[in-house]
Amino acid sequence: MNWSWQVAFDVLPQMLQGLVITIEATFIGAILAYALGLVLAILRMSKSRIVSLTTYWVSEFIRRTPLLVQLYFLFYVLPDLGLFLSPLAAGILGLGLHFSTYTSEVFRAGIENVPTGQWEAAKSLNYKPYQTMRYVILPQAIPPMIPPLANYLITMFKETPLLSAITVVELFNAANIYSNSHYKYLEPMTLVGAFFLIVSIPSAYIAMRLEKKYQRRSGGSV
Amino acid sequence: MDQVLEYSPILIEGTITTIELTVASAIVALILSFVVGLSRFSRFAAIRIAAIVYLEFFRGTSAIVQMFFMFYVLPLLGVHLAPLLAGIIACGFNLGSYGSEVVRGAVQSVPRAQHEAAIALNYTTYQKFRYVLLPQAIPVMIPTFGNLLIELLKLTAVASLITISDLTFMAQIIRVQTALTLEPFLIIMVIYFLIASCLVGIVDFIAKKINKGRNITVRKGI
Repeated sequence: MNWSWQVAFDVLPQMLQGLVITIEATFIGAILAYALGLVLAILRMSKSRIVSLTTYWVSEFIRRTPLLVQLYFLFYVLPDLGLFLSPLAAGILGLGLHFSTYTSEVFRAGIENVPTGQWEAAKSLNYKPYQTMRYVILPQAIPPMIPPLANYLITMFKETPLLSAITVVELFNAANIYSNSHYKYLEPMTLVGAFFLIVSIPSAYIAMRLEKKYQRRSGGSV
Repeated sequence: MDQVLEYSPILIEGTITTIELTVASAIVALILSFVVGLSRFSRFAAIRIAAIVYLEFFRGTSAIVQMFFMFYVLPLLGVHLAPLLAGIIACGFNLGSYGSEVVRGAVQSVPRAQHEAAIALNYTTYQKFRYVLLPQAIPVMIPTFGNLLIELLKLTAVASLITISDLTFMAQIIRVQTALTLEPFLIIMVIYFLIASCLVGIVDFIAKKINKGRNITVRKGI
């Protein structure tokens, strides 16, 4: 089997169209994962045991079951319940929901790692809950959260090919459709792999730099 | 529901395939983690570079792309793998890349004085790792390996896309044959959750066992 540049150039435009969908799914999914993750983290830290335990087990259920099955679930079951989503919307919802259970741990750890003394200091300064969060807790909690949240963004990017299973034509599916209709697998599949490497290696490097940067700021005690 | 129960034999078959796939690729991943993770400490630059190339390649590209590559492209290059074997290799190699970072990190987390003590005792490289570094590094690795094991279980669902008849594949069969959507996917999610919870339990048990032994030896030392 020889590499053919002809095939590679033939499939490239379709893959670039797919790449747009991949990027869209990654970023919207990530925003959803961050927002939902914050909600889950707050619910998990609730004083009510019922709320906190329910949140824990729901998160564990989502985290211990495959994203692919969750995507099928959203894609096939929701229409039966009368909720019609486009494949891409179902995919983004699935990605966001799945990874919110991971990001919620980042948020929770970030807030809990702020020393108790800081909460007490805010209280002794007679700060209101909003002021406590805004001026004392969050400025210390957010910087250490940034590197792991960036890492989850990269992970989500690498999980987007799963959306091809629910008919979303993203980067991988664009290549796969071409492969199946032309019976040429080498070039499209290699190109998909190359695309992923081109994006994920530099972004992993950036995430690593972020980690170093924020570790320094907090005195390396994280 | 009754309709789905008629399909319980294939669900059981799918569960067995999923477990087989998980266990087999876990073994591959574990071996690779240690081989590649320890290669990073090699004296020879070529071995270190080979380990980094493997790591970046398998961690940087998506698991589903690797699986399709093994299933569709390798035959063109003359390597014919049975679907199950392709699945085991793809899952094992993918998770092995993450595992190798766990091994490397854990060995590096052993205090520097321990490395120096091994040198001062004139230990060979083998003795240094076997008697000084690994016994202290392995307990650190276990919780993270536990998380990776769950990731591996979830990854096996993707293998259904290369025609391996695991749980996810069986759920699709049931969906196509009965037109039911909620029941098959909900049932397999519960099965995945149960398998994952068993794995969590086993890893916790091992972690407890190992830490218990460590505490005793530490106390003796004092």
